[in-house]
Amino acid sequence: MNIFVCVKQVPDTETKIVPTGDGTFIETASIKWIMNPYCEFAVEQALLVQAANAGSTVTVVRVGSSKDTEALRTAMAMGADDAFLVEAGDNLDSYMIAKALKGAIEKSGKTPDLILTGKQAIDDDCLQVPQILATMLNLPSVSVVVGYEGSATDITVKREVEGGALEVYGVKLPALIACNKGINTPRYASLPGIMKAKKKPLTTLALADVGVSDADKRVKYSGFTLPPEKPAGKKFDATDAAKMGAVVKEVVGLLRTEAKVL
Amino acid sequence: MDFGLTPDQLEIRELAMKFARNEMMPKAQEFDEKASMPLDILKKAWELGLVNTCIPTEYGGNGFTAIDSMIITESLAYGCMGMNTAIMANDLALLPIVIGGSDEQKKQFLTPFTESYKIAAFCLTEPANGSDAAGIKTTIKEDGDDVVINGNKMWISNAGYADLFVLYGTSDASLKHKGITCVVIEKGTPGIEVGKKEDKMGHRCSDTRAVTFNNVRVPKKNVLGGMNQGWKIAMKTLDHSRPMVASSAVGGAQCAFDHAVKYAKERVQFNVPISQHQAIQFMIADMAMKIEASRLLVHKAAWLLDNGMPNTQLASYSKAFAADSCMQIATDAVQIYGGYGYSKEYPVEKIMRDAKLIQLYEGTSQIQRLVIAKEIFSRS
Ligand SMILES: Cc1cc2nc3c(=O)[nH]c(=O)nc-3n(C[C@H](O)[C@H](O)[C@H](O)COP(=O)(O)OP(=O)(O)OC[C@H]3O[C@@H](n4cnc5c(N)ncnc54)[C@H](O)[C@@H]3O)c2cc1C
Ligand SMILES: Cc1cc2nc3c(=O)[nH]c(=O)nc-3n(C[C@H](O)[C@H](O)[C@H](O)COP(=O)(O)OP(=O)(O)OC[C@H]3O[C@@H](n4cnc5c(N)ncnc54)[C@H](O)[C@@H]3O)c2cc1C
Repeated sequence: MNIFVCVKQVPDTETKIVPTGDGTFIETASIKWIMNPYCEFAVEQALLVQAANAGSTVTVVRVGSSKDTEALRTAMAMGADDAFLVEAGDNLDSYMIAKALKGAIEKSGKTPDLILTGKQAIDDDCLQVPQILATMLNLPSVSVVVGYEGSATDITVKREVEGGALEVYGVKLPALIACNKGINTPRYASLPGIMKAKKKPLTTLALADVGVSDADKRVKYSGFTLPPEKPAGKKFDATDAAKMGAVVKEVVGLLRTEAKVL
Repeated sequence: MDFGLTPDQLEIRELAMKFARNEMMPKAQEFDEKASMPLDILKKAWELGLVNTCIPTEYGGNGFTAIDSMIITESLAYGCMGMNTAIMANDLALLPIVIGGSDEQKKQFLTPFTESYKIAAFCLTEPANGSDAAGIKTTIKEDGDDVVINGNKMWISNAGYADLFVLYGTSDASLKHKGITCVVIEKGTPGIEVGKKEDKMGHRCSDTRAVTFNNVRVPKKNVLGGMNQGWKIAMKTLDHSRPMVASSAVGGAQCAFDHAVKYAKERVQFNVPISQHQAIQFMIADMAMKIEASRLLVHKAAWLLDNGMPNTQLASYSKAFAADSCMQIATDAVQIYGGYGYSKEYPVEKIMRDAKLIQLYEGTSQIQRLVIAKEIFSRS
């Protein structure tokens, strides 16, 4: 099987996000990058499918800056065979990213039997690259997948829906599957794995190589600001039994009129 | 001159820290309380290549430099100093083989450690000889093609689980350090008697015991470097192991520091976070300086070693300075936590107990100063 995994590199969850001076993006210089956690599930799933189907290859694809290739190196250290990087700024829109991923997959010369992605990236939370990519490649896709089993041609996936219920899909490959937490437990990249990853092929492409240009831009980022700071909490003194009733009334009133949660 | 870590070293640290945070820290308290070896965690660390960092590639190891191994040790000690002792004790035991063993001995004894998770114990200290290591009484006597070992060892880390014992003894106690001999003894050899587990202040999950050797007979080919060559091997081992123990102090100190900084920003007294009181700020500043200085000493001691230069003095600087700093930093972290720092429900109490051991084993802080002063006066 030709297995592809699309991975995104996102700021470490501990990173303090700061908008740039001109407000058009966030400061990236001091960010520590990690592989998007949902993409880790996708890499792990690819390696599990590879192990179950002898002779399969796992290729990772990423669109983004070449300054730091943490996500690709981690994926190869975990066990992926090779990687493609489409060099681009970190602020492309979802359509451009999907188009670039499609271009890179085509450039690999291999026809995908299975494409795995995370269900969303934890930085911009757009939740649409997998679906756009599947549409562009004319492949069926299932997202928010928490269970995967099957052969090299037919799979059964479980998808989480509102309220914790599960939908079960039978899917014929090739297909695109977007992974959610719970599908597996990603392995660590071992130290020997890290050393071996250095010798694995990483091909770098430009946006132009994969047929993406500024004309593809669908979304323009006009401004980045931090969310407003939360106002301080309110305290109510209900220690005096005589006044308890009035305090409860006040709290319920505020929950209705101010917090608007009732 | 370059103070930066290489891209490889950054990745090594990344993995080791991830392991420390995700696998060790959540279980540190539990294993401390139970005082039992976290074998599953240790095995997982081995699977990732974090154990036995001293084994060269020729024998199946990962070919780490001394600096690499310091980075790993610091990270693992950040996760739990006690668990790190169980991991580091393997290196302390295997280093004499790496340093003093023949090619054949290395193949025989080191390679199995790269094929599955095995545990080693380093047996130097005796009930009556700790700091005065050259005065050890355990005898190693030649007898035909064998050597026969008799004596008592004390405070042996990993003893209850050891697959391999690396033991220092004497062929003739009157020769003092010139009679010291180092021998490898495999588990199951008749005459090894492992004592009960010590109930310790800190590093409680690591397994420390007395071990008695009664007429333990092993082939002569288990002697490292030949009879009476042990002292040289021991001294060279310390050049590597002391910075390693020092780096565990840096890891423990860094962990206590990170907790203290976080707590100081959250805890409000006199209407402001205590981080705004200058008394707290000064403690935090002192802690930060000592951690950085300790780490630099460790890295320099390891760098000298990697570059084939004498590092005995730096190894002792790093060991004494990092261990004493760690003790001070852990104590101050408890201070910053106030009454909460004294409770087992908060993490700094354990670090303070764990820190104390670093000033004791692998040469006490006093012994490091003896070594340093001896180096200074022998050259002036
Ligand atoms: C938890 C634990 C694990 C250990 N693991 C191992 C192990 O795996 N293998 C192993 O071989 N050993 C191990 N040890 C032993 C450890 O290395 C010794 O405890 C240490 O070397 C000190 O020896 P001692 O306890 O006999 O103290 P002593 O040597 O009796 O020292 C007592 C005090 O006197 C001071 N002192 C001694 N001589 C001098 C001097 N000349 N000048 C000034 N002060 C001096 C010391 O600094 C110390 O403060 C371990 C110890 C502990 C507690
Ligand atoms: C085992 C134990 C028994 C106890 N028994 C009793 C008891 O019987 N009765 C009782 O009432 N209490 C008791 N205490 C509580 C004890 O007195 C408090 O823990 C102590 O007063 C410190 O308060 P805190 O723990 O809230 O720390 P905090 O007041 O939060 O202090 C945290 C840190 O900030 C520092 N700090 C705070 N304010 C300033 C400032 N303005 N400038 C500089 N530094 C500052 C402190 O020195 C400390 O290092 C006990 C505590 C323990 C641990």
